[in-house]
Amino acid sequence: MSKITHHIPEEMLRAYAAGTLPQPFAVVIAAHVSLCDACRASVETEAALGGALLSELAPAGLDEGARDRLFAALDTAVPPPPPLRGSGIFPAPVMEALKGQPPRWKMLGGGIRQQILSADGEGSLRLLYIPRGRAVPEHSHGGLELTLVLQGSFSDCEGRFAAGDVEVASDDLDHQPIAGDEGPCICLAATDAPLRFRAMIPRLLQPLFRI
Amino acid sequence: MSLDGRLTSPEARDAFLPEAPGSVSMVMHRRKSKETCVTPAERTEQTQWLLAVRDARDREAFGRLFDFFAPRLKAMLLRSGLRDGSAEDVVQDVMLSVWNKAAQFDPHRAEASAWIYRIARNRQIDLYRRRPLPEPELVQEPESAEPDAAQILAMAQEAAQLRAALRNLSPEQTEALRHAYMDELPHSEISRITGLPLGTIKSRIRLGLDRLRRDLSDLRSR
Repeated sequence: MSKITHHIPEEMLRAYAAGTLPQPFAVVIAAHVSLCDACRASVETEAALGGALLSELAPAGLDEGARDRLFAALDTAVPPPPPLRGSGIFPAPVMEALKGQPPRWKMLGGGIRQQILSADGEGSLRLLYIPRGRAVPEHSHGGLELTLVLQGSFSDCEGRFAAGDVEVASDDLDHQPIAGDEGPCICLAATDAPLRFRAMIPRLLQPLFRI
Repeated sequence: MSLDGRLTSPEARDAFLPEAPGSVSMVMHRRKSKETCVTPAERTEQTQWLLAVRDARDREAFGRLFDFFAPRLKAMLLRSGLRDGSAEDVVQDVMLSVWNKAAQFDPHRAEASAWIYRIARNRQIDLYRRRPLPEPELVQEPESAEPDAAQILAMAQEAAQLRAALRNLSPEQTEALRHAYMDELPHSEISRITGLPLGTIKSRIRLGLDRLRRDLSDLRSR
């Protein structure tokens, strides 16, 4: 990875490590950490602290048979299958979300493609493909949106985001990402609420509300 | 664990300076008489045990890891509200994962305690999430890579400094850290339990971590 300049905010990294983030965000963060040495170092530093706290806890008494039970289990232990590896531009957590298959794009119009990886009560996770120089329709979202660039780049009012960079957009950000000139931009995007496209919704609602 | 020790003497402060690594163990040894702390030498030993499990499937070494970590893992799980029987089961799970996943342990990047903590923490998280926590891709080391003893020792020294920095926190800060790192509590619930406003808790955790980071920053930027 050349040079990652947009990282995961520390509070969010910590929430990820504590398991309190919605699943779509957790996947984006695991994917970013896979690509970003700085954020990986942060996560591992936190684990060092956790390990230090663990080591200094007062020990609790174990069941008498606990040790024997475990050693008996070693004989029949079946090692878990090795975790999926990354493939091409997709780091392992994205391959997990793709269930090991290459993406199956759906056309959205204007050359933009997407594959929805998950969409449920915790939010949505999708891959986006934006042709070079093309804009994603201006949109806002009810909650938080995390976008990790996997290939190419995009720019919006917040700056330029290249491979490995993450944009954290809160609900008050109205933004229009435009893919860079170097080639198609592929992103992993997570929201904790459905996206609302500014330009589209008023047009759809106009006949109903006569606005 | 005793929380009395704020490091105030000049030689204790020196322990945080990278050019005085020797004084870390000196401080640790001197404190050992009154605190249940672990010296860097013992810590390296734990890492050696885990390496013996990884490389030679050494059951005696695994037994030593079990004897040290299993009772502390149980304490961590009891803290998070598991009943005794469930905590026992999860300890079994976690230690079995230690055995099964030992091949993934890299002593250049983690000490045994940090690596085991992460397995336990993720297991703890999986207990209350509907889906397993997505994990970052493993870093792949070249097959031929020789272990770098100096780097492994440096990890042990960093961890010793981290523990020294921990002792430099107030008891309230340490307890807030334990809440954040050992209990299955989202940050927003901490205030309900301790009766402290959330802002205070958050700043306390941040303050504690900032301080730890400052103490570790020169080591990490190496």
